[in-house]
Amino acid sequence: MDATIFKAWIAGAAELVTGNAVHLTDLDAAIGDGDHGLNMNRGFQAALLMIEQTAPATPGAVLNTVGRAMISKVGGASGPLYGTGFRSAGKALGEDPTVSAEQLGAALQAALAGIQQLGAAVEGDKTMVDALTPAVSAYSAAVVGGGGAVQATRAAADASARGLEATIPLVARKGRASYLGPRSAGHQDPGAASMTLILSALAAAVEAGAQS
Amino acid sequence: MKKLINEPDQVLSDALRGVAAAHPSLAVNSVERYVARAGGPTPGKVALVSGGGSGHEPLHGGFVGYGMLDAACPGEVFTSPVPDQILAATKAVSSGGGVLHIVKNYTGDVLNFQMAADLAGDAGIEVQTVVVNDDVAVEDSTWTAGRRGTGATVFVEKIAGALAERGADLSSVAAVAREVNERSRSFGVALTACTVPANGKPGFELADDEIELGVGIHGEPGRTRSKLVSAKQIAEISLDAITSDLPLSGDVAVMVNGMGGTPLIELYIVYAAVADYLKARGVTIARSLVGNYITSLEMAGCMVTVGKLTPQLTNLWDAPVETPALRWGR
Repeated sequence: MDATIFKAWIAGAAELVTGNAVHLTDLDAAIGDGDHGLNMNRGFQAALLMIEQTAPATPGAVLNTVGRAMISKVGGASGPLYGTGFRSAGKALGEDPTVSAEQLGAALQAALAGIQQLGAAVEGDKTMVDALTPAVSAYSAAVVGGGGAVQATRAAADASARGLEATIPLVARKGRASYLGPRSAGHQDPGAASMTLILSALAAAVEAGAQS
Repeated sequence: MKKLINEPDQVLSDALRGVAAAHPSLAVNSVERYVARAGGPTPGKVALVSGGGSGHEPLHGGFVGYGMLDAACPGEVFTSPVPDQILAATKAVSSGGGVLHIVKNYTGDVLNFQMAADLAGDAGIEVQTVVVNDDVAVEDSTWTAGRRGTGATVFVEKIAGALAERGADLSSVAAVAREVNERSRSFGVALTACTVPANGKPGFELADDEIELGVGIHGEPGRTRSKLVSAKQIAEISLDAITSDLPLSGDVAVMVNGMGGTPLIELYIVYAAVADYLKARGVTIARSLVGNYITSLEMAGCMVTVGKLTPQLTNLWDAPVETPALRWGR
Protein backbone atom coordinates (compact mmCIF):
# COMPACT_ATOMS: atom_id res chain seq x y z
CA MET A 1 0.00 0.00 0.00
CA ASP A 2 1.44 3.35 -1.00
CA ALA A 3 0.72 6.98 -0.16
CA THR A 4 -2.07 7.12 -2.76
CA ILE A 5 -4.17 4.64 -0.77
CA PHE A 6 -3.61 6.59 2.43
CA LYS A 7 -4.58 9.85 0.74
CA ALA A 8 -7.70 8.13 -0.59
CA TRP A 9 -8.44 6.96 2.96
CA ILE A 10 -8.30 10.50 4.31
CA ALA A 11 -10.37 11.87 1.41
CA GLY A 12 -12.95 9.14 2.03
CA ALA A 13 -12.95 9.79 5.77
CA ALA A 14 -13.40 13.52 5.13
CA GLU A 15 -16.37 12.79 2.88
CA LEU A 16 -17.96 10.51 5.49
CA VAL A 17 -17.36 13.03 8.27
CA THR A 18 -18.87 15.84 6.21
CA GLY A 19 -21.86 13.70 5.31
CA ASN A 20 -22.35 12.73 8.96
CA ALA A 21 -21.40 16.05 10.56
CA VAL A 22 -24.94 16.80 11.69
CA HIS A 23 -25.34 13.27 13.02
CA LEU A 24 -22.07 13.50 15.00
CA THR A 25 -23.06 16.88 16.37
CA ASP A 26 -26.47 15.55 17.39
CA LEU A 27 -24.86 12.62 19.19
CA ASP A 28 -22.57 15.07 20.95
CA ALA A 29 -25.42 17.41 21.86
CA ALA A 30 -27.15 14.49 23.61
CA ILE A 31 -24.29 13.77 26.00
CA GLY A 32 -21.63 16.42 25.42
CA ASP A 33 -21.57 19.94 24.09
CA GLY A 34 -22.74 19.51 20.50
CA ASP A 35 -19.75 20.43 18.40
CA HIS A 36 -18.11 17.14 17.45
CA GLY A 37 -19.30 17.10 13.84
CA LEU A 38 -18.28 20.70 13.28
CA ASN A 39 -14.85 20.16 14.79
CA MET A 40 -14.10 16.92 12.96
CA ASN A 41 -15.25 18.42 9.69
CA ARG A 42 -12.96 21.41 10.21
CA GLY A 43 -10.07 19.04 11.04
CA PHE A 44 -10.49 16.82 7.98
CA GLN A 45 -10.89 19.77 5.64
CA ALA A 46 -7.66 21.19 7.07
CA ALA A 47 -6.00 17.79 6.64
CA LEU A 48 -7.03 17.61 2.97
CA LEU A 49 -5.72 21.10 2.36
CA MET A 50 -2.43 20.36 4.10
CA ILE A 51 -2.01 17.14 2.11
CA GLU A 52 -2.62 19.08 -1.10
CA GLN A 53 -0.14 21.78 -0.12
CA THR A 54 2.67 19.59 1.20
CA ALA A 55 2.19 16.51 -1.01
CA PRO A 56 3.47 13.91 1.47
CA ALA A 57 5.11 11.06 -0.45
CA THR A 58 4.90 8.16 1.99
CA PRO A 59 2.05 6.58 3.98
CA GLY A 60 3.77 7.65 7.20
CA ALA A 61 4.08 11.24 6.01
CA VAL A 62 0.41 11.33 5.01
CA LEU A 63 -0.71 10.25 8.48
CA ASN A 64 1.73 12.59 10.18
CA THR A 65 0.32 15.47 8.12
CA VAL A 66 -3.23 14.52 9.09
CA GLY A 67 -2.19 14.37 12.74
CA ARG A 68 -0.67 17.83 12.61
CA ALA A 69 -3.80 19.24 10.95
CA MET A 70 -6.02 17.66 13.60
CA ILE A 71 -3.94 19.06 16.44
CA SER A 72 -3.87 22.51 14.83
CA LYS A 73 -7.48 22.83 13.77
CA VAL A 74 -9.88 20.66 15.76
CA GLY A 75 -9.59 21.83 19.35
CA GLY A 76 -11.60 20.20 22.09
CA ALA A 77 -10.47 16.81 23.30
CA SER A 78 -10.82 15.20 19.88
CA GLY A 79 -8.10 17.38 18.30
CA PRO A 80 -5.23 16.25 20.50
CA LEU A 81 -6.55 12.68 20.66
CA TYR A 82 -7.08 12.13 16.93
CA GLY A 83 -3.97 14.18 16.19
CA THR A 84 -1.89 12.00 18.46
CA GLY A 85 -3.51 8.87 17.01
CA PHE A 86 -2.64 9.79 13.43
CA ARG A 87 0.84 10.97 14.33
CA SER A 88 1.58 7.81 16.32
CA ALA A 89 0.40 5.72 13.38
CA GLY A 90 2.48 7.79 10.96
CA LYS A 91 5.55 7.42 13.15
CA ALA A 92 5.06 3.65 13.29
CA LEU A 93 5.00 3.48 9.50
CA GLY A 94 8.31 5.33 9.26
CA GLU A 95 9.50 6.49 5.86
CA ASP A 96 8.73 3.37 3.82
CA PRO A 97 7.20 4.25 0.44
CA THR A 98 4.90 1.24 0.67
CA VAL A 99 3.68 -0.60 3.73
CA SER A 100 2.47 -4.14 4.37
CA ALA A 101 -0.68 -5.36 6.11
CA GLU A 102 1.45 -6.17 9.16
CA GLN A 103 2.85 -2.62 9.23
CA LEU A 104 -0.62 -1.11 9.00
CA GLY A 105 -1.67 -3.32 11.92
CA ALA A 106 1.25 -2.06 13.97
CA ALA A 107 0.32 1.52 13.03
CA LEU A 108 -3.26 1.04 14.24
CA GLN A 109 -1.88 -0.45 17.44
CA ALA A 110 0.40 2.59 17.84
CA ALA A 111 -2.54 4.93 17.29
CA LEU A 112 -4.48 3.20 20.05
CA ALA A 113 -1.50 3.33 22.40
CA GLY A 114 -0.93 7.04 21.71
CA ILE A 115 -4.58 7.91 22.25
CA GLN A 116 -4.73 5.92 25.48
CA GLN A 117 -1.53 7.41 26.79
CA LEU A 118 -2.80 10.95 26.25
CA GLY A 119 -6.43 10.50 27.21
CA ALA A 120 -6.02 7.77 29.84
CA ALA A 121 -9.23 6.11 28.70
CA VAL A 122 -9.71 2.35 28.83
CA GLU A 123 -12.26 0.18 27.05
CA GLY A 124 -15.68 0.68 28.60
CA ASP A 125 -15.25 4.39 29.40
CA LYS A 126 -17.56 5.26 26.49
CA THR A 127 -14.99 6.94 24.26
CA MET A 128 -13.36 6.51 20.85
CA VAL A 129 -11.21 3.81 22.47
CA ASP A 130 -14.29 1.56 22.56
CA ALA A 131 -14.39 1.62 18.76
CA LEU A 132 -10.65 1.47 18.14
CA THR A 133 -9.70 -1.32 20.58
CA PRO A 134 -11.86 -4.06 19.05
CA ALA A 135 -10.82 -2.84 15.59
CA VAL A 136 -7.14 -3.28 16.38
CA SER A 137 -7.79 -6.78 17.79
CA ALA A 138 -9.92 -7.81 14.82
CA TYR A 139 -7.29 -6.51 12.42
CA SER A 140 -4.47 -8.54 13.96
CA ALA A 141 -6.67 -11.62 14.25
CA ALA A 142 -7.45 -11.35 10.53
CA VAL A 143 -3.77 -11.01 9.65
CA VAL A 144 -2.78 -13.90 11.94
CA GLY A 145 -5.51 -15.94 10.25
CA GLY A 146 -3.81 -15.37 6.91
CA GLY A 147 -5.95 -12.47 5.70
CA GLY A 148 -4.53 -9.57 3.74
CA ALA A 149 -5.06 -5.86 4.29
CA VAL A 150 -8.45 -5.91 2.55
CA GLN A 151 -9.87 -8.57 4.89
CA ALA A 152 -8.13 -7.09 7.94
CA THR A 153 -9.34 -3.52 7.41
CA ARG A 154 -12.87 -4.81 6.74
CA ALA A 155 -12.72 -6.85 9.96
CA ALA A 156 -11.47 -3.77 11.80
CA ALA A 157 -14.28 -1.60 10.45
CA ASP A 158 -16.92 -4.18 11.37
CA ALA A 159 -15.49 -4.64 14.86
CA SER A 160 -15.41 -0.90 15.28
CA ALA A 161 -19.10 -0.64 14.36
CA ARG A 162 -19.89 -3.32 16.94
CA GLY A 163 -17.79 -1.46 19.50
CA LEU A 164 -19.75 1.70 18.70
CA GLU A 165 -23.07 -0.10 19.25
CA ALA A 166 -21.74 -1.42 22.54
CA THR A 167 -21.18 2.13 23.81
CA ILE A 168 -24.94 2.77 23.89
CA PRO A 169 -25.69 1.29 27.34
CA LEU A 170 -22.40 2.48 28.86
CA VAL A 171 -22.10 5.25 31.44
CA ALA A 172 -19.39 7.72 30.37
CA ARG A 173 -16.34 7.97 32.58
CA LYS A 174 -14.23 10.39 30.52
CA GLY A 175 -14.76 13.74 28.89
CA ARG A 176 -17.74 16.00 29.10
CA ALA A 177 -20.29 13.19 28.87
CA SER A 178 -19.05 11.89 32.23
CA TYR A 179 -20.81 14.79 33.97
CA LEU A 180 -24.12 13.21 32.98
CA GLY A 181 -23.42 10.08 35.00
CA PRO A 182 -26.22 7.55 34.48
CA ARG A 183 -27.95 9.98 32.08
CA SER A 184 -25.18 9.30 29.54
CA ALA A 185 -26.42 5.72 29.07
CA GLY A 186 -28.69 5.10 26.10
CA HIS A 187 -26.65 7.15 23.64
CA GLN A 188 -23.88 6.28 21.18
CA ASP A 189 -20.57 7.89 22.02
CA PRO A 190 -19.79 10.56 19.40
CA GLY A 191 -16.03 9.88 19.48
CA ALA A 192 -16.63 6.18 18.90
CA ALA A 193 -18.98 7.16 16.05
CA SER A 194 -16.36 9.31 14.27
CA MET A 195 -13.75 6.59 14.83
CA THR A 196 -16.04 4.08 13.14
CA LEU A 197 -16.48 6.39 10.14
CA ILE A 198 -12.71 6.76 9.82
CA LEU A 199 -12.10 3.01 10.00
CA SER A 200 -14.83 2.28 7.51
CA ALA A 201 -13.19 4.77 5.12
CA LEU A 202 -9.91 2.90 5.64
CA ALA A 203 -11.50 -0.40 4.63
CA ALA A 204 -13.06 1.19 1.55
CA ALA A 205 -9.78 2.83 0.47
CA VAL A 206 -7.75 -0.36 0.93
CA GLU A 207 -10.34 -2.37 -0.97
CA ALA A 208 -10.49 0.15 -3.83
CA GLY A 209 -6.69 0.26 -3.90
CA ALA A 210 -6.49 -3.55 -4.18
CA GLN A 211 -8.89 -3.55 -7.10
CA SER A 212 -7.15 -0.87 -9.07
CA MET B 1 -31.82 31.14 16.26
CA LYS B 2 -31.87 34.89 16.75
CA LYS B 3 -28.39 36.28 17.32
CA LEU B 4 -26.41 39.40 16.50
CA ILE B 5 -24.00 37.71 14.14
CA ASN B 6 -22.92 38.05 10.53
CA GLU B 7 -22.10 34.45 9.63
CA PRO B 8 -22.11 31.54 12.09
CA ASP B 9 -18.61 30.47 11.09
CA GLN B 10 -17.21 33.99 11.50
CA VAL B 11 -18.38 34.56 15.04
CA LEU B 12 -14.93 34.32 16.62
CA SER B 13 -13.05 36.36 14.03
CA ASP B 14 -15.73 39.07 13.95
CA ALA B 15 -15.77 39.25 17.75
CA LEU B 16 -11.99 39.50 17.90
CA ARG B 17 -12.11 42.40 15.45
CA GLY B 18 -14.55 44.11 17.77
CA VAL B 19 -12.37 43.48 20.81
CA ALA B 20 -9.38 44.93 18.97
CA ALA B 21 -11.33 48.00 17.89
CA ALA B 22 -12.84 48.62 21.33
CA HIS B 23 -9.76 48.12 23.49
CA PRO B 24 -6.54 49.85 22.48
CA SER B 25 -5.00 48.39 25.65
CA LEU B 26 -5.15 44.96 24.01
CA ALA B 27 -3.10 43.54 21.14
CA VAL B 28 -5.27 41.10 19.22
CA ASN B 29 -3.42 38.67 17.01
CA SER B 30 -6.19 37.57 14.68
CA VAL B 31 -3.97 35.20 12.69
CA GLU B 32 -2.60 33.16 15.59
CA ARG B 33 -5.70 33.95 17.63
CA TYR B 34 -4.64 35.31 20.96
CA VAL B 35 -5.21 38.48 22.91
CA ALA B 36 -2.24 40.04 24.71
CA ARG B 37 -1.41 43.33 26.39
CA ALA B 38 -0.72 46.08 23.88
CA GLY B 39 2.43 47.17 25.68
CA GLY B 40 4.15 43.85 25.14
CA PRO B 41 5.62 41.66 27.86
CA THR B 42 6.98 43.12 31.07
CA PRO B 43 10.65 42.03 31.23
CA GLY B 44 11.32 39.37 33.84
CA LYS B 45 7.70 39.17 35.03
CA VAL B 46 5.99 35.78 35.28
CA ALA B 47 3.48 35.77 32.43
CA LEU B 48 -0.05 34.44 32.90
CA VAL B 49 -1.73 32.77 29.95
CA SER B 50 -5.23 31.41 30.06
CA GLY B 51 -7.76 30.43 27.47
CA GLY B 52 -10.66 28.22 26.65
CA GLY B 53 -13.64 28.02 24.40
CA SER B 54 -15.27 31.30 23.42
CA GLY B 55 -18.77 32.17 24.56
CA HIS B 56 -17.76 32.86 28.18
CA GLU B 57 -16.92 36.52 27.71
CA PRO B 58 -15.53 38.53 29.36
CA LEU B 59 -13.49 35.42 30.34
CA HIS B 60 -10.66 35.26 29.29
CA GLY B 61 -9.81 38.11 26.90
CA GLY B 62 -11.56 40.67 29.10
CA PHE B 63 -9.14 39.87 31.89
CA VAL B 64 -5.98 40.63 29.94
CA GLY B 65 -4.20 43.67 31.30
CA TYR B 66 -2.24 45.07 34.20
CA GLY B 67 -2.63 42.98 37.34
CA MET B 68 -4.23 40.00 35.65
CA LEU B 69 -3.51 38.01 32.49
CA ASP B 70 -0.76 38.61 29.95
CA ALA B 71 -2.54 36.71 27.20
CA ALA B 72 -5.72 34.79 26.51
CA CYS B 73 -6.36 32.18 23.82
CA PRO B 74 -9.95 32.01 22.63
CA GLY B 75 -11.03 28.76 20.99
CA GLU B 76 -14.08 28.36 18.80
CA VAL B 77 -17.33 28.76 20.72
CA PHE B 78 -17.33 26.19 23.56
CA THR B 79 -14.29 24.46 22.03
CA SER B 80 -10.87 24.62 23.64
CA PRO B 81 -8.09 26.51 21.88
CA VAL B 82 -5.53 24.47 19.91
CA PRO B 83 -1.89 23.95 20.97
CA ASP B 84 -0.54 26.19 18.16
CA GLN B 85 -2.30 29.28 19.42
CA ILE B 86 -1.49 28.57 23.07
CA LEU B 87 2.16 28.11 22.10
CA ALA B 88 2.14 31.34 20.08
CA ALA B 89 0.66 33.26 23.01
CA THR B 90 3.09 31.67 25.44
CA LYS B 91 6.05 32.66 23.27
CA ALA B 92 4.69 36.16 22.74
CA VAL B 93 4.42 36.97 26.45
CA SER B 94 7.39 35.02 27.77
CA SER B 95 10.05 37.42 28.99
CA GLY B 96 12.34 35.27 31.08
CA GLY B 97 10.28 34.84 34.24
CA GLY B 98 8.44 31.75 33.07
CA VAL B 99 4.81 31.32 32.09
CA LEU B 100 1.85 30.14 34.14
CA HIS B 101 -0.94 28.41 32.23
CA ILE B 102 -4.31 28.75 33.97
CA VAL B 103 -6.54 25.97 32.67
CA LYS B 104 -10.15 25.19 33.47
CA ASN B 105 -10.60 21.48 34.11
CA TYR B 106 -12.21 20.28 30.91
CA THR B 107 -10.67 17.36 29.02
CA GLY B 108 -10.12 19.39 25.85
CA ASP B 109 -8.59 22.38 27.60
CA VAL B 110 -6.30 20.20 29.67
CA LEU B 111 -5.06 18.17 26.67
CA ASN B 112 -4.47 21.17 24.41
CA PHE B 113 -2.67 23.17 27.11
CA GLN B 114 -0.60 20.10 27.98
CA MET B 115 0.55 19.73 24.37
CA ALA B 116 1.33 23.46 24.20
CA ALA B 117 3.26 23.36 27.48
CA ASP B 118 5.35 20.44 26.17
CA LEU B 119 6.12 22.36 22.98
CA ALA B 120 6.97 25.51 24.95
CA GLY B 121 9.26 23.43 27.15
CA ASP B 122 11.02 22.17 24.01
CA ALA B 123 11.46 25.82 23.02
CA GLY B 124 13.16 26.55 26.35
CA ILE B 125 10.27 28.32 28.06
CA GLU B 126 9.53 27.28 31.62
CA VAL B 127 5.81 26.63 31.98
CA GLN B 128 3.81 25.64 35.04
CA THR B 129 0.16 24.76 34.84
CA VAL B 130 -2.62 25.30 37.33
CA VAL B 131 -5.85 23.46 36.69
CA VAL B 132 -8.93 25.14 38.14
CA ASN B 133 -11.61 22.68 39.35
CA ASP B 134 -14.02 24.42 41.69
CA ASP B 135 -17.44 23.20 40.56
CA VAL B 136 -18.99 21.26 43.44
CA ALA B 137 -21.89 20.15 41.23
CA VAL B 138 -19.67 17.33 39.96
CA GLU B 139 -19.91 15.00 42.91
CA ASP B 140 -18.37 11.77 41.73
CA SER B 141 -14.97 12.88 40.51
CA THR B 142 -13.62 9.31 40.56
CA TRP B 143 -15.94 8.34 37.73
CA THR B 144 -15.92 11.56 35.77
CA ALA B 145 -13.36 13.82 34.15
CA GLY B 146 -13.28 15.55 37.54
CA ARG B 147 -14.69 18.80 38.78
CA ARG B 148 -15.07 21.50 36.17
CA GLY B 149 -13.31 24.82 36.27
CA THR B 150 -15.79 27.67 36.59
CA GLY B 151 -16.11 30.86 38.67
CA ALA B 152 -12.91 30.40 40.69
CA THR B 153 -11.02 31.01 37.46
CA VAL B 154 -11.74 34.72 37.87
CA PHE B 155 -10.39 34.69 41.44
CA VAL B 156 -7.30 32.72 40.39
CA GLU B 157 -6.51 35.05 37.49
CA LYS B 158 -6.98 38.16 39.64
CA ILE B 159 -4.94 37.04 42.64
CA ALA B 160 -2.15 35.23 40.79
CA GLY B 161 -1.96 38.16 38.37
CA ALA B 162 -1.47 40.56 41.27
CA LEU B 163 1.34 38.48 42.74
CA ALA B 164 3.06 38.21 39.35
CA GLU B 165 2.83 41.99 38.96
CA ARG B 166 4.72 42.34 42.26
CA GLY B 167 7.62 40.40 40.82
CA ALA B 168 7.14 37.02 42.52
CA ASP B 169 8.73 34.00 40.86
CA LEU B 170 6.91 31.34 38.86
CA SER B 171 6.66 28.80 41.70
CA SER B 172 5.18 31.37 44.07
CA VAL B 173 2.65 32.58 41.50
CA ALA B 174 1.66 28.99 40.71
CA ALA B 175 1.38 28.24 44.44
CA VAL B 176 -0.95 31.15 45.14
CA ALA B 177 -3.05 30.19 42.10
CA ARG B 178 -3.43 26.66 43.49
CA GLU B 179 -4.17 28.03 46.94
CA VAL B 180 -7.02 30.18 45.58
CA ASN B 181 -8.40 27.23 43.63
CA GLU B 182 -8.30 24.98 46.68
CA ARG B 183 -10.07 27.57 48.81
CA SER B 184 -12.84 28.31 46.27
CA ARG B 185 -16.03 26.51 45.28
CA SER B 186 -18.82 27.24 42.77
CA PHE B 187 -22.31 26.07 41.96
CA GLY B 188 -24.34 27.11 38.92
CA VAL B 189 -28.03 27.07 38.07
CA ALA B 190 -29.49 27.41 34.56
CA LEU B 191 -32.94 28.79 33.80
CA THR B 192 -32.62 28.37 30.04
CA ALA B 193 -30.35 26.60 27.59
CA CYS B 194 -28.00 28.33 25.16
CA THR B 195 -27.32 27.95 21.45
CA VAL B 196 -23.87 27.59 19.91
CA PRO B 197 -24.09 29.80 16.77
CA ALA B 198 -22.69 27.14 14.44
CA ASN B 199 -25.28 24.62 15.68
CA GLY B 200 -28.28 26.88 15.48
CA LYS B 201 -30.26 25.05 18.13
CA PRO B 202 -30.09 24.87 21.92
CA GLY B 203 -27.52 22.50 23.41
CA PHE B 204 -30.09 20.98 25.74
CA GLU B 205 -33.77 21.29 26.48
CA LEU B 206 -35.34 22.74 29.56
CA ALA B 207 -39.08 23.15 29.97
CA ASP B 208 -40.49 26.61 30.70
CA ASP B 209 -40.93 25.80 34.38
CA GLU B 210 -37.71 23.78 34.81
CA ILE B 211 -34.23 24.68 36.01
CA GLU B 212 -30.97 22.71 35.93
CA LEU B 213 -29.21 22.64 39.29
CA GLY B 214 -25.43 22.36 39.09
CA VAL B 215 -25.16 23.27 35.43
CA GLY B 216 -21.74 23.67 33.82
CA ILE B 217 -20.67 26.68 31.81
CA HIS B 218 -21.42 24.95 28.52
CA GLY B 219 -24.85 23.87 29.61
CA GLU B 220 -23.59 20.48 30.74
CA PRO B 221 -26.11 18.93 33.03
CA GLY B 222 -25.70 19.21 36.73
CA ARG B 223 -27.01 17.24 39.65
CA THR B 224 -30.74 17.41 39.05
CA ARG B 225 -33.55 19.16 37.30
CA SER B 226 -36.21 20.81 39.38
CA LYS B 227 -39.19 23.07 39.02
CA LEU B 228 -38.42 26.79 39.10
CA VAL B 229 -37.97 28.01 42.66
CA SER B 230 -37.37 31.44 44.20
CA ALA B 231 -34.06 33.32 44.00
CA LYS B 232 -33.73 32.81 47.74
CA GLN B 233 -34.06 29.05 47.34
CA ILE B 234 -31.60 29.02 44.44
CA ALA B 235 -29.08 30.86 46.61
CA GLU B 236 -29.67 28.38 49.43
CA ILE B 237 -29.34 25.33 47.18
CA SER B 238 -26.09 26.73 45.77
CA LEU B 239 -24.60 27.59 49.15
CA ASP B 240 -25.73 24.32 50.74
CA ALA B 241 -23.82 22.50 48.00
CA ILE B 242 -20.77 24.72 48.49
CA THR B 243 -20.66 24.65 52.29
CA SER B 244 -21.22 20.91 52.52
CA ASP B 245 -18.07 20.54 50.43
CA LEU B 246 -16.01 23.35 51.97
CA PRO B 247 -16.99 24.58 55.44
CA LEU B 248 -16.85 28.36 55.47
CA SER B 249 -15.67 30.69 58.21
CA GLY B 250 -13.99 34.07 58.51
CA ASP B 251 -13.56 36.32 55.49
CA VAL B 252 -14.67 35.22 52.05
CA ALA B 253 -14.88 36.67 48.56
CA VAL B 254 -18.22 36.06 46.87
CA MET B 255 -19.11 36.27 43.21
CA VAL B 256 -22.69 36.10 42.00
CA ASN B 257 -22.10 35.64 38.33
CA GLY B 258 -24.60 35.96 35.53
CA MET B 259 -24.60 33.25 32.85
CA GLY B 260 -25.22 35.78 30.09
CA GLY B 261 -28.99 36.03 29.84
CA THR B 262 -29.93 37.15 33.32
CA PRO B 263 -30.37 40.84 34.16
CA LEU B 264 -28.29 42.44 36.87
CA ILE B 265 -31.37 43.17 38.98
CA GLU B 266 -31.96 39.43 39.37
CA LEU B 267 -28.31 38.84 40.26
CA TYR B 268 -28.66 41.40 43.05
CA ILE B 269 -31.75 39.58 44.32
CA VAL B 270 -29.67 36.40 44.49
CA TYR B 271 -26.80 38.30 46.10
CA ALA B 272 -29.10 39.57 48.87
CA ALA B 273 -30.06 36.00 49.68
CA VAL B 274 -26.41 34.91 49.56
CA ALA B 275 -25.47 37.70 51.97
CA ASP B 276 -28.28 36.73 54.39
CA TYR B 277 -27.27 33.07 54.25
CA LEU B 278 -23.61 33.73 55.00
CA LYS B 279 -24.31 36.35 57.67
CA ALA B 280 -26.58 33.91 59.49
CA ARG B 281 -23.66 31.46 59.59
CA GLY B 282 -21.11 33.95 60.85
CA VAL B 283 -19.24 34.21 57.55
CA THR B 284 -18.04 37.67 56.52
CA ILE B 285 -18.22 38.73 52.89
CA ALA B 286 -15.04 40.77 52.69
CA ARG B 287 -15.00 41.24 48.91
CA SER B 288 -17.67 40.73 46.27
CA LEU B 289 -18.43 40.77 42.56
CA VAL B 290 -21.91 40.87 41.05
CA GLY B 291 -22.20 40.74 37.30
CA ASN B 292 -21.38 38.82 34.13
CA TYR B 293 -17.81 37.58 34.47
CA ILE B 294 -17.92 34.05 33.10
CA THR B 295 -20.90 33.52 30.88
CA SER B 296 -22.45 30.76 28.78
CA LEU B 297 -23.61 32.65 25.71
CA GLU B 298 -27.23 33.71 26.30
CA MET B 299 -28.00 31.19 29.02
CA ALA B 300 -30.14 32.59 31.81
CA GLY B 301 -29.10 31.67 35.30
CA CYS B 302 -26.39 32.35 37.82
CA MET B 303 -23.38 30.86 39.48
CA VAL B 304 -22.33 31.46 43.05
CA THR B 305 -18.60 31.29 43.79
CA VAL B 306 -17.15 31.58 47.28
CA GLY B 307 -13.43 31.84 48.02
CA LYS B 308 -12.00 31.72 51.52
CA LEU B 309 -9.63 34.63 51.98
CA THR B 310 -6.46 35.09 54.02
CA PRO B 311 -4.91 38.49 54.75
CA GLN B 312 -2.45 37.90 51.89
CA LEU B 313 -5.21 36.89 49.45
CA THR B 314 -7.31 39.92 50.39
CA ASN B 315 -4.29 42.14 49.89
CA LEU B 316 -3.70 40.67 46.44
CA TRP B 317 -7.40 40.98 45.60
CA ASP B 318 -7.16 44.70 46.41
CA ALA B 319 -4.04 45.21 44.29
CA PRO B 320 -4.53 47.42 41.24
CA VAL B 321 -6.03 45.82 38.17
CA GLU B 322 -6.75 47.36 34.79
CA THR B 323 -8.45 45.12 32.27
CA PRO B 324 -11.53 45.62 30.10
CA ALA B 325 -13.73 43.67 32.52
CA LEU B 326 -12.16 44.26 35.92
CA ARG B 327 -10.50 47.46 37.02
CA TRP B 328 -9.78 49.18 40.29
CA GLY B 329 -7.02 50.93 42.21
CA ARG B 330 -5.08 52.30 39.29
